[in-house]
Amino acid sequence: MIASAFKRAKALPLSGKVGLALVIFWLAVALFGPMLAPYPVGAFVAYEVFDGQSAKHWLGSDYLGRDVLSRLLSGARYTVGLAAAAALLASSTGTALALTAAVGGTKVDEPLSRFMDMLISIPSKIFSLVLVAAFGSSLGLLLLIAAFTYVPGNYRIARALAVNLAQMDYVQVARARGEGRFHIAIAEILPNMIHPLLADFGLRFVFIVLLLSGLSFLGLGVQPPDADLGSLVRENISGLGEGALAILAPAVAIATLTVGVNLLIDAIGFSGKGKGR
Amino acid sequence: MAAASSASGMSAALTLIGKRFASSLLTLLLVSLTIFVIAQLLPGDAAQEALGQSATAEQVAALRHEMGLDRPAHIRYASWLTGMVSGDPGQSMVANMPVAEVIAERLPNSLLLAALSALVAVPVALAIGIGSAMNRGGRIDRALNIVTLSMVAVPEFLVATVAVLIFSVKLRWLPSIALVADDMTWGEYLRGVAMPILTLSIIVIAQMARMTRAAVIDQMDRPYVEMAVLKGVAPVRIVMRHIMPNAIAPIVNAMALSLSYLLGGAVIVETIFNYPGLASLMVNAVTSRDMPLLQACAMIFCAAYLILMLIADVTAILANPRLRAQ
Repeated sequence: MIASAFKRAKALPLSGKVGLALVIFWLAVALFGPMLAPYPVGAFVAYEVFDGQSAKHWLGSDYLGRDVLSRLLSGARYTVGLAAAAALLASSTGTALALTAAVGGTKVDEPLSRFMDMLISIPSKIFSLVLVAAFGSSLGLLLLIAAFTYVPGNYRIARALAVNLAQMDYVQVARARGEGRFHIAIAEILPNMIHPLLADFGLRFVFIVLLLSGLSFLGLGVQPPDADLGSLVRENISGLGEGALAILAPAVAIATLTVGVNLLIDAIGFSGKGKGR
Repeated sequence: MAAASSASGMSAALTLIGKRFASSLLTLLLVSLTIFVIAQLLPGDAAQEALGQSATAEQVAALRHEMGLDRPAHIRYASWLTGMVSGDPGQSMVANMPVAEVIAERLPNSLLLAALSALVAVPVALAIGIGSAMNRGGRIDRALNIVTLSMVAVPEFLVATVAVLIFSVKLRWLPSIALVADDMTWGEYLRGVAMPILTLSIIVIAQMARMTRAAVIDQMDRPYVEMAVLKGVAPVRIVMRHIMPNAIAPIVNAMALSLSYLLGGAVIVETIFNYPGLASLMVNAVTSRDMPLLQACAMIFCAAYLILMLIADVTAILANPRLRAQ
C-alpha cells in the first residue's frame, strides 16, 4: 500500500511532486504547527510592530508586536481544518444526495436536481455573505455555511457520474438479482466513482479555503481571538503601506496551500469540472 | 428546400432561446425566494435590533408594524418581490434612505469597473489562450498551464497586496486606494482605479485563458484542421482562417462563464481598495445586518450571474447547427 503510493508519487510530473510536497507540508503544519510555534500565539514578544525578518522572529512581528510565525503556525490549523471538514461534509452530502437521485428514479431526481440547479446559480461568495448575515459566523456555522455553499457543485458532478453508472450492465444485473437500492448505490455505483470524487473533493477544498479566507479577510469569517490565515491578512492590513512581512506571509501561505492542491489534482489527471469561486 | 429547412431551423433556435430565457426567469424567481427565506430566518428581529435592548415592548411593536414585520411571511415576500421588480426594494435600515437610492449611487461604479476589467482581460486572455493552444504540449504551453493553474487558486487579496507592494509602495506609480470623485477627469479616474482593474483582470484572465485554450484545442483535433495542415497551410493562417470562425462561439461561451468570476472577485477587490461599488456596499450591509439592502444587492449579483450564463448558453445554441435543428 505504502510502497505503491510511493511509486505513484515518483511517477508524477514535477509540478505534481511540488503540489504533493506542498500538500503534505501544510497537513503537517496543521497537525503539528502549534507545537512547533516558538512563542505563545497571543503573546506580545517584539518591541517593534511590523518588524522585518530576524533571527528571533523568522517572519517578523505583526501590528501588535506578536510573532508572525507562531500566529501563522496556529492559524493554518483553522484554515486547513475548517476547509477540510467543510469539504468533507459538502462532498459526502452532495454525493449521498446524488446517489439517492440516481437510484431513486425521476420522482426523486427531478425535484432534487432542479433545486440544486437553482442553488448553483447563486454565486458562492454572494450566497455565503447572505448566510453569514442571517446566521452569524461562529466556527461551527462557518463550517456549515461553507459546506452548504458547495454541496450543489458536488451534487452536479456526482449525479452525472452516478446516473451514467446506473445505466451500466453490471448495475442492471444487480437490479435483476433483486438487490435493494441502498446496496446498489453503496456497493455497486459508489466504488466506481471514487476517483473523480476525490479530485472533486480537492477542488471543493481549494474553493472553501479561498471562500473562508476571503470571508475572514472581510472580517466576516473566523472571529478573534481565533484567527485563520485570512484573519491574519486582515489584522495586518495597516502594514500594507510599508510592505510588512506580517501581511504577505499569511497571504502567500494560503496561496501555496491552494496552488499545491491544484497542481496535485492537475497532475493526477482525473479532474472533474467544478463550479468556480 | 434548403431555405425552408434553415428557416425552420432558425425558428427552432428561437424557441430554444425563448425556453432558455424563461427558465432563467424562473430560476431568478426561485433564487429570490431562497434569499428572502434565508434573510428572514435571522435570529432576533430587525425591529428589536434597530432599537436596541432598552426599547420597550410597545416601541418594538410599533416599529415592527411600521416595517411591516407583523404581516405573514408570504405577503411580505410578495410585497418585497413586487417592490424589487418595480424598482423599490424598500428602505435601507442603516442609511435610512430608500435602498434604490443607495444602490443607484453605487451600481454605475461597479458596472464601470467590471466593464474596464473585462476590456483589459479579454484581449490578454485571448492572446494567452490561443498562443498556448498553438504551442500545445510545448514549453510555453506547459509553463502557461502551470501559471494559469496556479493563478486560479491564488486568493484575490494576495494579488491585490502584491500589486500594491509593487506599484504603490516600491514604484510609487499608483495610489493604493481607489479614489473616485464626481469632478474627476477620465485620466484621473483611470489612474485611481488602475489597481482594482489590474487585480480583477488578473483573477479573470487566468480562468478565461484556460477556457479559451480548451475551446481552441477542441477545434484543433477536428479533421478539417488536419486537412489544412496536410495542405501545407501556415500555422497562423490555420488558426485565424480555419479555427477561429469555428471556435468563436465556444470562446464567447468561455468569456461569459469566466466573467462571472468578476462578481466574486469584486467583493474582495472593492473592499481592499475602498472602491465605492455595489460589492463593498453589500459587505457593509452584511456587517451592519441591513437586510433590505443586502437582499437587493444579492438579487442584483444573482441577476448579473444569470445574464452571463444566459449569454453563454445562447451563443452555444446559435453556434451549434445541430442544436438549432433540434
